[in-house]
Amino acid sequence: MNWLDTIVQGILLGGLYALFAAGLSLVFGIMRLVNLAHGDLIVLAAYLVLVLTSALGLNPFLAALIAAPIMFGAGWVLQRVVLNRVLGADILPPLLVTFGLSVVIQNALQQGFSADSRRIGAGALETASVDLGPVTVGVMPVLTFASAVAVILALNALFYRTALGRAFRATSDDPATARLMGIRPQAVFAQATGIAMIVVTIAALYLGTRANFDPSIGPARLIYAFEAVIIGGLGSLWGTLAGGVIIGVAQTLGAAVNPEWQILSGHVAFLLVLLVRPRGLFPRAYD
Amino acid sequence: MAHSVTTRTRASSFAAIAALALIALGIALPGFASRGVIQDGFFILTMLVLAQFWNLLAGYGGLVSVGQQAFVGLGAYGLFGAVILWRIDPVPALALSGLFALVVAIPTAFFAFRLAGAYFAIGTWVVAEVVRLSVAQWKALGGGTGTSLPRDAQETMTGVALIEQMFGVRTAAAQDILAYWLALALAVATIGGIYLLLRSKAGLALAAVRDNAEAARAVGVDAGRLKWLVFLTSAFGTGIAGGLIYLQKGRISPDAAFSVTDWTAYVIFIVVIGGIGTIEGPIIGVLVFFALQTLFADYGSSYLMALGLIGIAIMLFAPQGLWGLFSARTGIQLFPIRRRLIQTDRQE
Repeated sequence: MNWLDTIVQGILLGGLYALFAAGLSLVFGIMRLVNLAHGDLIVLAAYLVLVLTSALGLNPFLAALIAAPIMFGAGWVLQRVVLNRVLGADILPPLLVTFGLSVVIQNALQQGFSADSRRIGAGALETASVDLGPVTVGVMPVLTFASAVAVILALNALFYRTALGRAFRATSDDPATARLMGIRPQAVFAQATGIAMIVVTIAALYLGTRANFDPSIGPARLIYAFEAVIIGGLGSLWGTLAGGVIIGVAQTLGAAVNPEWQILSGHVAFLLVLLVRPRGLFPRAYD
Repeated sequence: MAHSVTTRTRASSFAAIAALALIALGIALPGFASRGVIQDGFFILTMLVLAQFWNLLAGYGGLVSVGQQAFVGLGAYGLFGAVILWRIDPVPALALSGLFALVVAIPTAFFAFRLAGAYFAIGTWVVAEVVRLSVAQWKALGGGTGTSLPRDAQETMTGVALIEQMFGVRTAAAQDILAYWLALALAVATIGGIYLLLRSKAGLALAAVRDNAEAARAVGVDAGRLKWLVFLTSAFGTGIAGGLIYLQKGRISPDAAFSVTDWTAYVIFIVVIGGIGTIEGPIIGVLVFFALQTLFADYGSSYLMALGLIGIAIMLFAPQGLWGLFSARTGIQLFPIRRRLIQTDRQE
């Protein structure tokens, strides 16, 4: 067994998990809302890309470009119409509403697309690989990791360089004072969820092109994403990437020892980090 | 002026009498009801037990767990392990179901209590996944594909022969009746136990922490100890319920026994629809859930979609649930835990 190869594959897999997690981290950081339907929203976006590629014969990357504004709109409406109503000191209502949403999305997809597993075709890219001396890496995994880094760079730029980002940070720190400064938290939250849905679409593109998916796999993606966010520490997007990489490497190492241990070793790594650093590796915000 | 403190109301005195009558009816049910009714009764009672324990966690303890399926599955596997590997009679083995869940609940709590609020919810879910994946490695109990209870162990378990003679039924029907009675006993013990707990000093402290954690700490309530109490109690009870559910099913697999939909999602909907934070809520909720399932379960995924939408609608427009709406209108509480000051020597 080639340990170096296993670890490199794990790091690249971590990029995918960081993409799953970035949207969750964004929403959680700004409004302390844990969206239990996050994984199902990724799967929903994957089906949207699938429909666009198969119905219009589009390239999946182009399809994702069309899907992104649609998902932004869906996220904006979801936040405006439903989630804004349940935000508050009590964490129970948002948890239960998003849990209900998760069940609704899963079953709606099952009804629309059946339980069969699907895949978004990406042509020659699917199998293309690059020889890097000691290891050979697939083009798609590398593209995924690069996209994760790009998404995090873009989100950080948005957070620290733009007026909207300033509004995000202000609302995250203190919604009451932000309101006094002329920011409407409800509108800011809707934009944040919309942006998170754009990230979700990017995650969905790689979820769908790299492996099979079916309507029931959302919750497992949510768990990976959440583990990455917690390992990384609240409010740190680079931490989220590190968290994703830790889960990814733990999974590929576990799978190398025994294929049945892949998922389990990711979870165990999460629990170990939690035991040592309950606030994650790079905590930035306090809640 | 003399005073006394009471929680009793006229409605609650009536409810106590009605409850006794209902329990008597429940015990006598196998004498005249069909096997199908007994099986439905078993389903309602076991879901009620799960709902009461989740309600104790989330509604009273503020611990929103999405990982209760861990304890259902552990209880079930504890039972199967005891019966298959140690040849223990399934009925006393149910106590081991609870213990098995309890033993795993201790390290789980140690992890999960490091996480607050929403983190806690997903933390418990991860633990449940870890338990599921680990149990799937337990080859003696069938690994990932699962196993069945040995037929002879089910047929010769305590009480089956007696019930066969009493009602003149076949062995399979006698097993159902036994499971139903055990479920009834468990449900009565659960509701009674939770009611007593909530009326005790610990219950008062629990309500204080739920309403205002800082103020409760200021008057000397140890919130940490209460969380442990609630979490471990729920795990123990949920474990016994899990053991009982799979004793009746007779067949187990990790995916079914640790199903987040069956043992946590449904349970959450039951509690939310009925009314979270009340003992009456889960009772109403489980009846509504059973009615919906009987009417619409054939529609499969649309039924689940509707259930999710109802849950969301209730949370948005009536967060106190059906019982909460009723109770707010009428002021009726069947299981009152609010302490009221009564002036005992009022002079007209």
